[in-house]
Amino acid sequence: MKRAVPLATGLGVVVVALLLTRLGGNPYYYFAAYVIFQYVVLATAWNILGGYTGYVNFGSAAFFALGAYTAVVLILQFKAPLPVLILAGGLVAGFLGLGIGYLTLRLRGVFFSIATLALAVVLQTMVVNWEYVGGARGINVVRPAAILWFRTYVEFLFVVMVLLAVVSATVAWWLQHSWIGRGLAAIRDNEEAAECMGVPTLRLKLFATTVSGFLMGVAGAPFPYYVTLVEPASAFDLNYAVNSLAMPMIGGTTTWVGPVIGAVLLGTAQQVATVTISSALNLLIVGVVLVAFVILAPQGIVGLARKVWGGRAT
Amino acid sequence: MAGTLLDVQNVTKRFGGFTALNEVNLQVHEGERFGLIGPNGSGKTTLINCVSGSLPNDGGRVLFQGRDITGLPAHQRTRLGIARTFQIPKPFPSMTVLQNLCIPLEYAAPARSHGAPRDDVAAEAMEILRLIGLQAKADVPSIGLNQIEMRKLELARAMAAKPRLLISDEAMAGLSSAEVDDILANLFALNERGITIIMIEHIMRAVMRFSERIIVLDAGEKIAEGTPDQILHNPAVEKAYLGE
Repeated sequence: MKRAVPLATGLGVVVVALLLTRLGGNPYYYFAAYVIFQYVVLATAWNILGGYTGYVNFGSAAFFALGAYTAVVLILQFKAPLPVLILAGGLVAGFLGLGIGYLTLRLRGVFFSIATLALAVVLQTMVVNWEYVGGARGINVVRPAAILWFRTYVEFLFVVMVLLAVVSATVAWWLQHSWIGRGLAAIRDNEEAAECMGVPTLRLKLFATTVSGFLMGVAGAPFPYYVTLVEPASAFDLNYAVNSLAMPMIGGTTTWVGPVIGAVLLGTAQQVATVTISSALNLLIVGVVLVAFVILAPQGIVGLARKVWGGRAT
Repeated sequence: MAGTLLDVQNVTKRFGGFTALNEVNLQVHEGERFGLIGPNGSGKTTLINCVSGSLPNDGGRVLFQGRDITGLPAHQRTRLGIARTFQIPKPFPSMTVLQNLCIPLEYAAPARSHGAPRDDVAAEAMEILRLIGLQAKADVPSIGLNQIEMRKLELARAMAAKPRLLISDEAMAGLSSAEVDDILANLFALNERGITIIMIEHIMRAVMRFSERIIVLDAGEKIAEGTPDQILHNPAVEKAYLGE
């Protein structure tokens, strides 16, 4: 019974998104909303490693871009359909997560974060020098014709991203309430004590890096069809690394709902600012909001709400 | 004589050029109350880290119930039945006292599978808290505990791993005399339930009363072994503690 409620909510969100596209409206809204839901996926993915397990990943952009470039290769090679791109992007990025986890998780705390930052730089350099995917100039990808009953392909991508966001949030929700999530929390709280209490810390951390990487790759896979010009500077944009870290921090890192709230609020604010003020203002907004939250509400919005209502609900 | 539960054979541990443990041997028997003492920096906690798996040893072997566990990671040793407390309490601060106990109950206690109903786990955690005398604090965040409660939580959490061997690393440091008696009563009660206990302690009154057998470490070497009475009258021990 308890499990049925979130599943129904998730399904409801997807259906609403579908119905919205039937209503029409300004196509730009879907273009902007896609980005917001993409950040829901990224923030949720980041939080599985950063919030649940306590390992801060500065290299989100690397995983995102790896998903995007995996998709580019598959489009160039096979004209693979979108579901295949998403799955493959996730798998490749998940595999990178497993590998980087295996290499670096013996490093604790800040050293792990530095390693992930280095990873992003290395990967970007490789892509810049890889002619097949366009190198530094980037590459044009031709969108398929609009499919099913959608007016435009972007509207279709919007619904797909909503679905991916719901799947990510469901995974995070399930993790949080499972024995794995409790083990991850023990690692975050005190790794040595967790290990001595029977928690297989290395295996659980590898699991977290893999799932987190997989979801980031999933978020990046539809990116080529969304922008149609994929170039390293935008795929590895600093925004991805900063936002996927800032959104969970603002929403609250210990629950699945924190990153969702953070991504929706901050993502929306950024989209609005892009249109009304300037597109360069995004990072400034993130910076200011993040500093404010770290000082005033270190537990994020979820923590703030708990303090106000005094409850201990999920 | 009861069977040997823990058999430490020639265990050596070096940190760079410093030898923290030099070919230490000891046997702990099933059901025994065993004391491990020595001056500061003598290698007691290092030895415990090598037994529990927190640190790899550089030489020698560790056998538990006749099985060679050298090289096993700590979490697997815990599942086999070795649980420890930490000298400086290391609770899981984001969790309540009860949730702290649920971690070992779910992960370490051998009879349990991960699929066990949550209510059962919570009930079992509550039972352990009652045994230790911490039931009133079950739903309190573990960072809100005072010194003695923190020590009790360490003990309770180690108990929740359902150990055959419990290693108590200075569970009484910094406690008042009455509180020491309180913890001591806890440890006696656990021993009566069949759990073998290794006690590391600086409080002589406690360790002498508790232990059936004691070994003394000094500068990484075992310098004495015997009953509390023998240890008290051992000239080498006196020298290690007081100097010549």
